[in-house]
Amino acid sequence: MSEVVNVNERYELNKNLAQMLKGGVIMDVTSPREAEIAEKAGAVAVMALQKVPADLRKEGKVARMADPKIILEIKKAVSIPVMAKVRIGHFVEAQILEALGIDYIDESEVLTPADEEHHIDKWKFKAAFVCGARDLGEALRRIQEGASMIRTKGEAGTGNVVEAVRHLRRINKQIAYAASLNEDELYAYAKELGVSYELLKKTAELKRLPVVNFAAGGIATPADAALMMQLGADGVFVGSGIFKSKNPEKRARAIVMATTYYNDPKILAEISYDLGEEMEGIDLRGLSQNELLQFRGN
Amino acid sequence: MKKIGVLAFQGGVIEHVKKIEEIGHIPVLVKKIEDLDGIDGLILPGGESTTIGKFLIETGVKEKILSLAEQGMPMWGTCAGAILLSKTIKNQGSGVLPLLDIVIERNAYGSQLDSFKKEVFVLRFNKTTECVFIRAPKIVDVGSNVEVLAQLDTPIAVLQGTILATTFHPELTSQNYWHSFFVENVIK
Repeated sequence: MSEVVNVNERYELNKNLAQMLKGGVIMDVTSPREAEIAEKAGAVAVMALQKVPADLRKEGKVARMADPKIILEIKKAVSIPVMAKVRIGHFVEAQILEALGIDYIDESEVLTPADEEHHIDKWKFKAAFVCGARDLGEALRRIQEGASMIRTKGEAGTGNVVEAVRHLRRINKQIAYAASLNEDELYAYAKELGVSYELLKKTAELKRLPVVNFAAGGIATPADAALMMQLGADGVFVGSGIFKSKNPEKRARAIVMATTYYNDPKILAEISYDLGEEMEGIDLRGLSQNELLQFRGN
Repeated sequence: MKKIGVLAFQGGVIEHVKKIEEIGHIPVLVKKIEDLDGIDGLILPGGESTTIGKFLIETGVKEKILSLAEQGMPMWGTCAGAILLSKTIKNQGSGVLPLLDIVIERNAYGSQLDSFKKEVFVLRFNKTTECVFIRAPKIVDVGSNVEVLAQLDTPIAVLQGTILATTFHPELTSQNYWHSFFVENVIK
């Protein structure tokens, strides 16, 4: 049933799906088996990938959209929405995912960028898009291009939440700053951020991004997930943190619980108890600039 | 003023909360058994029915809701909430709170690409209401004691006693018709 012809109406529907994911956890999976574990643990959606970010990071090869075979197998294995990643600027990979009937496309810095200057013109698609951002300017530029959901970039595949925290705090601080400005100042700030005045004004009025904003990149423990929720995220993405730990089932379940009961330290203490060995984290100070994924795409 | 609970494990919670405030009533977030005390009605929002269902079972909130239903507590499920309230989910057994005598099929329209919005006339309101369908389920059969309030090719809004279900999301529109109906005609 395709009733919708209007681009803006389509965009609203795509924003609406993201609204239904709020308060939930979206998990990276590379096989139908992992997808089933994620669904069973209470994930609200899965991200279908050929390899999780931690492995992509280790290999250092060109990382591309997953094989449609894997994506369709994962789609068949679960009834929750399925997302998949395309390279930044690779609009043909996006066309392929749209043809596969994927629920959400992630134009992601975790894969090797295909275009160093242009992101995908997402208005050309019926499919919904989520994009990463490290600050307000980046988030609003992606929304201008048609993203109907934003996630913080964090530093994927590290099991280290520090960058996700930095990005979410920065976005919140910049929104609070924008809300404190008068009209003249807001024009200047829009210019500084490289975004339209109207969109910045709307954001300042709402005192939040005009689309759902999830936290991503380095979330590995229930406490990490609750931290991001308390900082104002609408939900969380979890990648390697789960399937690179010793007991993925239990940890996935705990992270889902922590995202709902993020404000309840007593429950958080219970669910954090005895989760087994966690994913090995990376101290980001040991990484060189070109090993960092978050600087891909602006 | 009525106190209206909104099941708040996950999903479109804040949208319902805003609507309840707009029509002058008091929203109560429900995440634990004790949050159900003293409410006049309960909304089960959209989201992922598998996720919300798991929380219902593991927290024990499920049993409390079922016992409240026996005492006539009014409830309204939107989208995923409607799935949870269904006696039969096509090919998947029953909903976690099987209170409503309908057969429902999950994601019956397809993927997100098949989500849509439609204006539907509702006789009970004598008004056309905006209906937003997001990866929506379809009600494929209803029991004889179930009143169909709105219909496309299949029923999209049904009422059985004090249990209301809509397969669409009135909380995502600028209208308040369905929220007012729930408070004035179902809760009373």
